[in-house]
Amino acid sequence: MKFIDEYRDGEAAQRYARMIHRLTTREWTIMEVCGGQTHSIVKFGIDELLPKQITLVHGPGCPVCVTPLELIEKAIEIASRPGVIFCSFGDMLRVPGNSKDLLSVKAEGGDVRIVYSPLDALRLAQENTERQVVFFAVGFETTAPANAMAVFQAFQQKVRNFSILVSHVLVPPAMEAILSSPSNRVQGFLAAGHVCTVMGYKEYEPIAKKYQVPIVVTGFEPLDILQGVYMCIRQLENRQAEVENQYRRAVQRKGNSTAQNLIQEVFRIVHRKWRGVGQIDHSGLGLHEKFADFDAERRFGVADQSFEESPECMSGLVLQGVKKPFECSAFGSRCTPEHPLGATMVSSEGACAAYYRYRRIRPTEVIIPQQRVDAHEA
Amino acid sequence: MCLAVPGKILSIEGSDPLLRSGKVDFSGIVKQINLAYVPDAKVGDYVLVHVGFAINTIDESEALQVFEYLRQMGELAELEENDVK
Repeated sequence: MKFIDEYRDGEAAQRYARMIHRLTTREWTIMEVCGGQTHSIVKFGIDELLPKQITLVHGPGCPVCVTPLELIEKAIEIASRPGVIFCSFGDMLRVPGNSKDLLSVKAEGGDVRIVYSPLDALRLAQENTERQVVFFAVGFETTAPANAMAVFQAFQQKVRNFSILVSHVLVPPAMEAILSSPSNRVQGFLAAGHVCTVMGYKEYEPIAKKYQVPIVVTGFEPLDILQGVYMCIRQLENRQAEVENQYRRAVQRKGNSTAQNLIQEVFRIVHRKWRGVGQIDHSGLGLHEKFADFDAERRFGVADQSFEESPECMSGLVLQGVKKPFECSAFGSRCTPEHPLGATMVSSEGACAAYYRYRRIRPTEVIIPQQRVDAHEA
Repeated sequence: MCLAVPGKILSIEGSDPLLRSGKVDFSGIVKQINLAYVPDAKVGDYVLVHVGFAINTIDESEALQVFEYLRQMGELAELEENDVK
C-alpha cells in the first residue's frame, strides 16, 4: 500500500535503530500518546530495537479506554430502550460496563449496530424515521470533525430522530495532567500524529516550554516512530525542549482549519472524567447549546450513577504510563480479550490488548517438518 | 481513535461543500468518503481517511522526508566519526 509499506522498510529501521544507539548516552523515559502508536511499537517490536536506556511508556491515547464507566452504563441504558437503534464503533461493544456490555444488550435483543462512520448512523436515522437513532460519539480530536459534521448535517436537514452520546476527550490537557503529577517520570513525548493533522501543534508549544519537555509530532508506521524517537532523544541529549514535527507528510503546524471551524461551531470545551484517571478539567468536548437537541443524554434523560471498577483492573495505571500490562496480576489469565476486566484489553488501541496480541507467546524457533514441505511442492 | 488510512481519490461528487464526497481507493477497496475537510483536494490526490472523512491531503513532497532525514543524519554521524578518528 502506498504511503504505508515504504515506512515499514526493515533496513531503514535497523539504520535508525543504530543511530539511536549511537546518540543515547543516558537513561530517558519517553511517552507515546496514541494507542495506535502503542500497537505499532508492540507489534513491530520497536521497543526491542532501542537501547536499554530508553524506556517507552504508553499513554492514554485510547478514547475507548478512557470513556468513563458511567457513560458506558448510560449507553447500555439507552441501547436497551425499545425503538432505539444504537450505533457505535466496533470496539465500544465489548467494553465492560458495571455488569454487562453493549454486545450483551445486542444479544438480549437490543438493536445495537456497528458502524464505520457517524454518517452511517445519520443515514440510518433518515431511513428509519419512526426509530430513535443514537450514535456513541467516542474519540479524540481526530474524530471530532466527523462527529461535528454528522450533527451539523442533522441540524441542517432537520433530522429529528438522531442524537449523539458524547465522549470526546482532548490530548493536551491529558499531557499536562501527566506532566504535573508528582509521580511523573516522562521526559519527552511522541505526540499523536492524526490528532495534530486536525488540530495542528501550536497548543503543544506552551506545554513544551512550561514543563521543559521535547514534544515530537509522530506518525504511526515503524519508521515514523523510530524517527520520532530519534528526534526526541536528540533534543533530550542536547537539553532542548521544543515541539518538532516528524509527521510532515500529514501534519502542518496550523492543522486543518476547515475541520477546526466546524468543531468550534458544534462543540464546546467541558470538563471530562477519564476512566482510570479521574476528572481532568477542560479536557473534553460537549455539544454547544445550539445543538443541545442532539445530545442523547438530554434527550433520553439518563441519570448519573456512580460505579465501582473491578478491583483487580489497573487500566488507569497503564493509561498513565505507570505500569505495563504484564505487571497486572490478571493479565492473560482472568483478563483476556474474550473476558476483559477493563477497557485497555478491549480496544484496538488499548495497551493491554496490544501486549496480549503481540507479546504473550514468544516462539523461539519455527521448524517446518520436511514431509509437509514435500507434500506442498507435489 | 487515531487510525487513519491513506487512499487515492478516484472521483469527486457534490457541489455543496459540506456534502462533497468522492470515491477513494485503498489499494483496491473503494469507498465513498466525505471530502468536506479537504476542499482543495483533486482527483489523483492521496488523502488520509478516518471514519469516512478525509482529514488531510498527503503532502507527497514530504513523503520521502523520513528517508532524507535518515540519509542526512547518517552522513552527519560518519563525519563526526571521521573527526574523532
